[in-house]
Amino acid sequence: MTAVAKEPLYDTIRPVAKTAKRRRHDEPTLLRQVLLQVLCLVVLATVLFPIIWVFSVSLDPLNRSRPEGLSLIPSGATFESYEQVLQQPTNNPISFLNLLLNSLKVSLGTALISVMIGVFAAYAFSRLRFRGRAPLMLVILAVLMLPTVATLVPLFVLLNSIQVDLPLLGQFNLRQSLIGVGLAIVSGLLPFAIWNMKGYLDTIPRDLEEAAFVDGADIHQTFLRIILPLSMPALAVTAFLGFIAGWTEFYFTSTFLSGTVENHTLALALNSMRGNFASTPWSAFSAFAILVAVPPAIVYLFAQRWITSGLAIGAVKG
Amino acid sequence: MTALTSRLASLRLPGLGGGRSQRGAYLYLVPAFAVMGVVTIYPLLFQVWMSFTNMAPVNLNMRTGIAPDYVGLDNYTNIISSQLAIPNYNFLRLIVYNIFWAVSNVSIHLVLGVGIALLLNVKGLKFRRVYRALYILPVVIPPIIVATVWRNMFDRDDGAVNLLLAGIGGFVGISPEIFETDWLRQVAAPVGWLLPSWEGGPNLSLPLAFYAMLITNTWLGWPLNSVVATGALQSVPKELYEAAEMDGATPWAKFRHVTLAYLRPAMLPYAIYGFVITFNLFSLAYWMSGGGPEGRTELLVTQAYALANVQRLYGVAAAFAVIMFFILLGITLVTNRLTKATQSYNL
Repeated sequence: MTAVAKEPLYDTIRPVAKTAKRRRHDEPTLLRQVLLQVLCLVVLATVLFPIIWVFSVSLDPLNRSRPEGLSLIPSGATFESYEQVLQQPTNNPISFLNLLLNSLKVSLGTALISVMIGVFAAYAFSRLRFRGRAPLMLVILAVLMLPTVATLVPLFVLLNSIQVDLPLLGQFNLRQSLIGVGLAIVSGLLPFAIWNMKGYLDTIPRDLEEAAFVDGADIHQTFLRIILPLSMPALAVTAFLGFIAGWTEFYFTSTFLSGTVENHTLALALNSMRGNFASTPWSAFSAFAILVAVPPAIVYLFAQRWITSGLAIGAVKG
Repeated sequence: MTALTSRLASLRLPGLGGGRSQRGAYLYLVPAFAVMGVVTIYPLLFQVWMSFTNMAPVNLNMRTGIAPDYVGLDNYTNIISSQLAIPNYNFLRLIVYNIFWAVSNVSIHLVLGVGIALLLNVKGLKFRRVYRALYILPVVIPPIIVATVWRNMFDRDDGAVNLLLAGIGGFVGISPEIFETDWLRQVAAPVGWLLPSWEGGPNLSLPLAFYAMLITNTWLGWPLNSVVATGALQSVPKELYEAAEMDGATPWAKFRHVTLAYLRPAMLPYAIYGFVITFNLFSLAYWMSGGGPEGRTELLVTQAYALANVQRLYGVAAAFAVIMFFILLGITLVTNRLTKATQSYNL
């Protein structure tokens, strides 16, 4: 999969301009161009419809029970839903700022730790020769094959068994803490990071290292001076994918943190806002959803070229 | 120089075939495998032990410290023979529905993804780059938000889908009361024959919620397929089309023997990736239909989550996870054999 899917993805965008210029002489007729544009716009409408819908609902006044119809900007449009969710998103006593901080702690922490630890192993698997290489790589692939939910129960039980009575803070249960959630996320993210970064390292040409070996460098020097600087973009993409995974993590946070509201994350708050069909405050919910979705979406769009290829290589983890 | 480096390379760098380990290689593995040993591998082995017990919340209380009982293979036999005391649980239906869900979705994604990639690849198309950039938008939205927003859109009273249908119906004079479909909760299936049923077998009829989620996942799934197909299309040598034209090939023959021939090797591994993703797609089944109505849109992943989080049968949930592992292993082996995708894994 690595080799097959990757190469075409890398040049999805660049060659377009080149070929367009070359083909000036055989452009389609006007009628054909119009038909093609209509087709493209129909596809675009289906893509954008849900996004416009959620934006439009988020502008509905809060006291309105149901939307009055399909309109881009509803009558009486207001930002009061945004104000409300920024102050008190759910019925739980936790502010938007604290939810945001918890989400950032979990997602940044797990992404950085996984990349920093994983890059060493990725280098070994990509470049070094050692006994047990194939079986160890199989262990990583086997873990990757498992969906996250399949590790939920043992991690819950094991993390729950670490409880200490702290002198001032009282009972500390690792399972109910953000550290516990972070450890659980790392258990799946680290194998993913190793595999993903190995995929990138495999594509770095070996000429430079070979030259370094000729000059008498050992594996540590080639790693620090050659591989690490060259793989910085790969580390950034892997960290970003890990960040997204943590940002929207639901299995562990929802199972582990049920009793500790002060540790809740944005994704958990979004889930609890959802309520049941009748009582969901849709405009507040939509405003909150937009606030949660926009930051990663912007980064994603800017780094799209690298990330889609990373996704195709690595993100089999569900 | 070139000859020297390539000789050195063959001596020192690659080569997986046995031989002595490079000095210091294991140092690079220690951090990752130390962490994974504690938080990944040990828990997975512990899970196998748990699957032979009746562990439940009562066994988690550290003060009383009651140990769970060994129950042998009971958890496994109860899961497979659908003997769990959970409403609407049926193992056979879970498996059949889950596979059908993945296959139906991925087929649609492939056809649409390739079709739209072809559309965007037409010579001289204006605004091509704008379309490419905007079409990727569904991918960048977190799954929980995609699922909950679409659930809102399929809502009976407030949903955009019913409003849209009523709007279209209004044009042709159909009264709006007809468009009050309860997409996600209506029990009766619109058509009964998509999945075969048999005497005494599980209820495999597909409720409206299935179609609602199929629509949602189509929206979500085709763009990445289109990106992959676009890349593959750009790798087709132009000379082949010219040669085919000289041989008097029809447009259909050109598409079949040139375009599709080049698309297949790129799309097949991606289709398998999509199959695994869709097979394990938690977000829609959990947040849109909640597995309902009557558990008929439940997937293995949502059932596993419910066992751990709702029923809290930890021993059963552990056995369920072990069974899932073997199901996914089987799928991986079958698909690998189909494509020989392992050749490019670079193990």
